[in-house]
Amino acid sequence: MQPTYYNPEDLKKFGSIGEFQKKLADKFFTYYGEVFAEGELSAREKSLIALAVSHAVQCPYCIDAYSVDAMEKGYTEAQMMEAVHVAAAIRGGATLVHGVQMMNKVKELSM
Amino acid sequence: MKSLKASQSVLSRADYQLEVLNNQSLAKKMFPDFAAKLTQAGLFPLKPTGIEIFQVNVGKMCNQTCKHCHVDAGPDRKEIMTRETMQQCLDVLSTHDIPIVDITGGAPEMNPNFRWFVEECNKLGKKIIVRCNLTIIVANPKYHDLPEFYRQHQVEVVSSLPFYNADRTDRQRGKGVFESSVQALKMLNQVGYGQEGSGLILNLVYNPAGAFLPATQASLEKQFKKALLDEFGIRFNQLYAITNMPVSRFLDFLLQSGNYEGYMEKLVNSFNPQAAAGVMCRNTLSVGWDGSLYDCDFNQMLELQVSAPTSTHIRQFNLNELNNRDIVLNQHCYGCTAGAGSSCGGNTA
Ligand code: SF4
Ligand code: SF4
Repeated sequence: MQPTYYNPEDLKKFGSIGEFQKKLADKFFTYYGEVFAEGELSAREKSLIALAVSHAVQCPYCIDAYSVDAMEKGYTEAQMMEAVHVAAAIRGGATLVHGVQMMNKVKELSM
Repeated sequence: MKSLKASQSVLSRADYQLEVLNNQSLAKKMFPDFAAKLTQAGLFPLKPTGIEIFQVNVGKMCNQTCKHCHVDAGPDRKEIMTRETMQQCLDVLSTHDIPIVDITGGAPEMNPNFRWFVEECNKLGKKIIVRCNLTIIVANPKYHDLPEFYRQHQVEVVSSLPFYNADRTDRQRGKGVFESSVQALKMLNQVGYGQEGSGLILNLVYNPAGAFLPATQASLEKQFKKALLDEFGIRFNQLYAITNMPVSRFLDFLLQSGNYEGYMEKLVNSFNPQAAAGVMCRNTLSVGWDGSLYDCDFNQMLELQVSAPTSTHIRQFNLNELNNRDIVLNQHCYGCTAGAGSSCGGNTA
């Protein structure tokens, strides 16, 4: 058994998920390919969004893949880290804004 | 930083680099044979399409020691082309219909006969390309007039600038290189290079500062153009995106940083038959500082001479034999065929 849940080598095997459910996997990869193609947003802009989102969902595979992709697409280190801060700010903000819900409940229950 | 040769690294030896690429030492993993890949693509043996570009490497001396240099060039390298060998090149150029002369190094401008050679090529009516590292222009007052010299001889200037900011450029090419490069680009712009309607071509070369591939040339060109114009008022014509070849100092970096296997895997997985059909060795001949002939500058550094038995030196130049040669290939060739492909002139597919 591998010693950790995550193995960097598994990233390369992503395509093999079709082995267990080909039809759905094919649909996903076609969709994935189209999402990242040049569109109303450039492939370059999408790469930075993907980098930020991969941090928000904390997927080590995606962080690995989109760090390389962002470097290849010519982003600077500072730009990449700012994207991570955007993800962090949204995550932090999302946690905090729920504080309002907590406050509402507390106020509702209080005399 | 010293060259691999000056630091007596085993990687300064061409035979050792080939041994690594063919997995007889150091490398843990073997990659599919490049020739077999070309066979699958119906391109083996790889044949020239004719010699259009006569690339002359006039020496390994350079004012820089960039980390990715496939020449292992630097201030400590003394190999330099003599005037006699240059004359042999001119003899060939004057008797054959080869339209383009592409002068490279090292820093070609450091060869004492460089200007004379450019003048003579110009007299022969050849289109001249010089691979200029930019910083040489500001390195010493005796080079300050290079932009004007280039203008007079209608030289196309191809300059390497790995990135549009100082941090990433300096990490690859040495401290202060970005600032000097910007200064040199401004000097080239001032005499008309890169300016619309001037006819003076200034192209830049981007190559990744690390073990990753370049993105599409068009998208990088857009970023470079915007960044250089907005911040420094610099203009240029085209950007060539070039893949780093697993040769010499870049190979050393790959091995030292543990990136060798991953990088080769990436190159192999990105093999593109269309790019393979357009590799530069098919229309280029490369002349070494000592007059030896090669299929390209990379083969030159790996000491893989042309397979044309009676035409391995410029003084024996035999066009017919060279046009019918089989191009010499090895595992480093994957660097030319990955993704959109890579050559001295940028993308090949
Ligand atoms: S890459 Fe070019 S500028 Fe840098 S050391 Fe090599 S020859 Fe000189
Ligand atoms: S490395 Fe040289 S010989 Fe090999 S494909 Fe590239 S240009 Fe051709």
